Amino acid sequence: MSVKWTSRLWAGAGTALATLVSAVGVAAAAGHEMAQAHGDLSAIHGAATQSPDAFQIPAMVLAPLLIGVVLVPALGRLRRSLAYQVTVVVFVAYLAVALKALTTVLAHGTLHYKMAGWMPPVGIEWTLDALSAFVVLVLAVVAVMVAIYSGVAVRRQNPEREVPFFSMMVVMMLGLTGMVMTGDLFNLYVFFEVSSLSAYALMAVGDRKAPVSSFRYLLQGTIGASSYLMGVGYLYVLTGSLNMADVASLLPHLLGNPALTVALVLMVAGLGLKMALFPMHLWLPDAYTYASSTSTAIIAPVMTKVSAYVLIRMIYFVFDSNWVLSDLHLGFVVTWLAMAGVIWGSVMAIAQRDVKRMLAYSSIAQVGYIGVGIGTGNPWALVGAILHIMNHATMKSSLFMVTGIVEMQTGTRRLQNWNGLGRKMPWTFLAFTLAALAMVGVPPTNGFFSKWYLALGLAGAKQWVLLVLLVLSSLLTAGYFFRLLERIYARTGEDVGSGSARVGEAGDGGVREDGGANADGVKLAGASGSGIAGARDPGLALLLPPLLLGVGTLVLGLVNAWFVTEVIAKALPAALRIPGLGG
Amino acid sequence: MDALHTFHSTRPLWALLVSLLAIPLIVATGERHRNLRETWTILAAVVKTVLVWSMLPWVLQGRVPEISLWRITPSVELALRVDTLGLVFAIVASTLWLLTSLYSIGYVRGAGEHKQTRYFASFAMCLHATIGIAFAANLVTFLIFFEMLSIATYPLVIHKETPVALAAGRKYLSFVLPAGLMLLLAVVLTASIHPGGLDFQAGGFLSGDDASRVLLRWIFLFFILGVGVKAAIMPLQSWLPAAMAAPTPVSALLHAVAVVKAGVFGVLRVTGYVYGPHLLKDIGVWTALAWFAGVTLTVASLLALRQDNLKRRLAYSTVGHLSYIVLGAAILTPYGLIGSVLHLMFHATMKITLFFCAGAIYVRTHKEQISDMVGIGRQMPITMGAFAVGSLGLAGIPGINGFFSKWNLALGTAQGGQWIFLGLLVLSGVLNAAYFFPIVQQAFFRRNPEFSSYGEASMWMVVPLALTALMSLVLGLAPNLGAHAWDLARAVSAAVMGGAG
Repeated sequence: MSVKWTSRLWAGAGTALATLVSAVGVAAAAGHEMAQAHGDLSAIHGAATQSPDAFQIPAMVLAPLLIGVVLVPALGRLRRSLAYQVTVVVFVAYLAVALKALTTVLAHGTLHYKMAGWMPPVGIEWTLDALSAFVVLVLAVVAVMVAIYSGVAVRRQNPEREVPFFSMMVVMMLGLTGMVMTGDLFNLYVFFEVSSLSAYALMAVGDRKAPVSSFRYLLQGTIGASSYLMGVGYLYVLTGSLNMADVASLLPHLLGNPALTVALVLMVAGLGLKMALFPMHLWLPDAYTYASSTSTAIIAPVMTKVSAYVLIRMIYFVFDSNWVLSDLHLGFVVTWLAMAGVIWGSVMAIAQRDVKRMLAYSSIAQVGYIGVGIGTGNPWALVGAILHIMNHATMKSSLFMVTGIVEMQTGTRRLQNWNGLGRKMPWTFLAFTLAALAMVGVPPTNGFFSKWYLALGLAGAKQWVLLVLLVLSSLLTAGYFFRLLERIYARTGEDVGSGSARVGEAGDGGVREDGGANADGVKLAGASGSGIAGARDPGLALLLPPLLLGVGTLVLGLVNAWFVTEVIAKALPAALRIPGLGG
Repeated sequence: MDALHTFHSTRPLWALLVSLLAIPLIVATGERHRNLRETWTILAAVVKTVLVWSMLPWVLQGRVPEISLWRITPSVELALRVDTLGLVFAIVASTLWLLTSLYSIGYVRGAGEHKQTRYFASFAMCLHATIGIAFAANLVTFLIFFEMLSIATYPLVIHKETPVALAAGRKYLSFVLPAGLMLLLAVVLTASIHPGGLDFQAGGFLSGDDASRVLLRWIFLFFILGVGVKAAIMPLQSWLPAAMAAPTPVSALLHAVAVVKAGVFGVLRVTGYVYGPHLLKDIGVWTALAWFAGVTLTVASLLALRQDNLKRRLAYSTVGHLSYIVLGAAILTPYGLIGSVLHLMFHATMKITLFFCAGAIYVRTHKEQISDMVGIGRQMPITMGAFAVGSLGLAGIPGINGFFSKWNLALGTAQGGQWIFLGLLVLSGVLNAAYFFPIVQQAFFRRNPEFSSYGEASMWMVVPLALTALMSLVLGLAPNLGAHAWDLARAVSAAVMGGAG
């Protein structure tokens, strides 16, 4: 009973939040009118290179989401199925604008938008440069894919809750997009909370334990957010400004100030927590495991990545990366913590019996790769980190969606019950296999190229030990994915207690309490009940998104050089530009 | 020394892609129309073989077809280039794929294997990757196809899905995946010390100025660890005997030709086209490699003596013979390299014959142990005759192609004054005779009531194995016939050793 009550509460809170945010949106739109009236406002930011319409694009990126925040709950109240349809339309519009934004940024350079026409540093500025436009595009692709998938999935797993669910999804994407685009430190915090609160609500939908794990996530996430906010407070006291570009220009005079170090450490710690940087990942496994498969599929690929993006923003664009990474030795700390996360997450993933939990731990490891790239401070390593934001988003959302499909079809997430599913659900597991190979880093999937650039960066920085660890850590990933693939394709039936199966069980014995929740085959919410024997490929709405993303890992791998030269090289901070790349 | 001239051609690409394009057809046709499904395999194999062979005249004229697809990393293109060494490997792999495909049909139907669609699809994938390895123009392209081959082989190793096969699959992965990562490490390090490009170049593209000798030695170690697992250099060989759990055609083509030869081909690429003889002599790692190869070829032959399972004995024999090729590359003499390239081709025809024979015996009589094969020559005279040809050749008896390659290897060791290695080669030849001849002798000259009447396996199997045996014989009498093996090997040696003198 209390469960229902809690999630209702969350949904209610979310709706209230949605209304609040849409109010902000209206204000922004009004401000936009004013900005147009004062044509010369963008003079200080090199507006000469921008086409007359280009500077509206940052607002246009948020516009579909802002409209969606109002429309989804409103129309969903009229007819429940409308919530899903409107969400998909909203996200598709969002994707279209995101594409336009990226092409515009690549053609015309960075776009600045002054909210409500207030001049920075006083007013809030939204900035689209190659980096933020790239991350927004990643967000949009994942949003569209997961939204399409969620139609059937939410109806089956959480009937009656479609309207709050889709409303929260839109609010969360709005928050994340805001975090990516904002050029203002405090505004970032606001969007930070918008995305986090909606994510807590989404996470609370799921298993029996979901509200509890979501609440733990809320507590820890709030600590992280507060830590970030305190950091911003210190910075504001020191500089008197909240605009990122402004702060960045003021900081060189303050480098000796210990308060600046405190501000930086608070911000990095806060972001590290939200990013699940080892050892601040404790919220993640439970939250990802017990949430509904759609919640996990939308949150896992993007939430930690956006925090990683903000970390890149802070270290490389607001602060002086050289000072942060070398003088303060924060690079050492971040890379080694991240590498510890890679290893720890992978080892824990091997010990799991629940596929979803295994993927959750693997997320910690994958975020670790991004952390290694951020901390190294070598241009190629940063390229690897940024590329991995996209690559991991494609792989992980595909994997989580497939796990959700299997859960719906068979009612189980236990490793043992995946035996022989590859024959019964060939297309579903084609997607899974491609994404799994990408996770292992088999060329020519995109996972391989993330590893390639990271390794190139570590070799360039002469971090030999980290280089060897990075390369060898793929073995751990291979350990848990090939074990699963072997079950999926080469074994049949349940193998509980049979002698032949014992060979593969060696890794399963370790951590009992972890996979314990589902180890007894507890029937999960939303299972259609057809059981393992009757499992088959689902309809197109469920199948197509993971399949497209799975094939996407291959395609993105083959065309990775385009992203690197045309987008990521241009997204690098000035100090780390690679000669001959990006211009 | 690069008098060759390159020109743009799409033919290497088609030769690469034809087996990849066959996969959807094979899968879509599926189990319901087996004959049509096998038609796709045969068709792809024929087209691939013809395309590969059609490039032979170009290469013999010193013209190098080349195609660059697109940039796979900002500084490296996904590119194919058919140089002499690459063509040698491609000819071997594609020609023998054609024969193996015919043989496979007889085998999987005769032995009643399950999941034949997956089997043929994976086979096509393996060949795609193998040709990619052969034609790769640079290290990154090479690495991509090398890894692809590792993964594509896995379904074939576990094909039977018995606990033994699954365990073999795990063992296989636990060797080749770390190896792939070592290769990645080596390529990444090479890219970071030599940003100018990673194109293979006869005589090597690295130089002593690129990095310290210590780093160059480390990179060489990573390279050899990377390709050495597939080449089964001891102590990295133990996956190969285990992988014999796979169906025999897989052992025949992949574990005697494609996969393991990809490993030794990698060794040749690294020594001849990345480092080059000059640099290897300079940093002094070649002796270590040669010693590993020398020890491997001796110890593997000794181990082969102890095996009673025919396929395992063949596997150890393969381990030994792969090290012949590695040794030829490691001693850095012109004749050594000629012998190496020749052995890459000739060992393939001989060893695939032996595996084909083992498979034919298994399908016909379900015998796997050598001690059970007493007198089998009476029942299967053609099979065992072919077996005799292959084993005589591997032992180095003149008249069969194995003699030529071994002769050149021996000349190479003599040329370098490496008398110890010459001794090891001779010793290993004797051991080869010791572990092969008893099989032949007991098959023909001892009687066994079990095998009293004539009865070969199906023609699908007998014809390919007779053909490969015939090939070994003909190439033994005229090594330059057909593929111009002798000319190609000399061209490789001249190109690589040219600068080194």
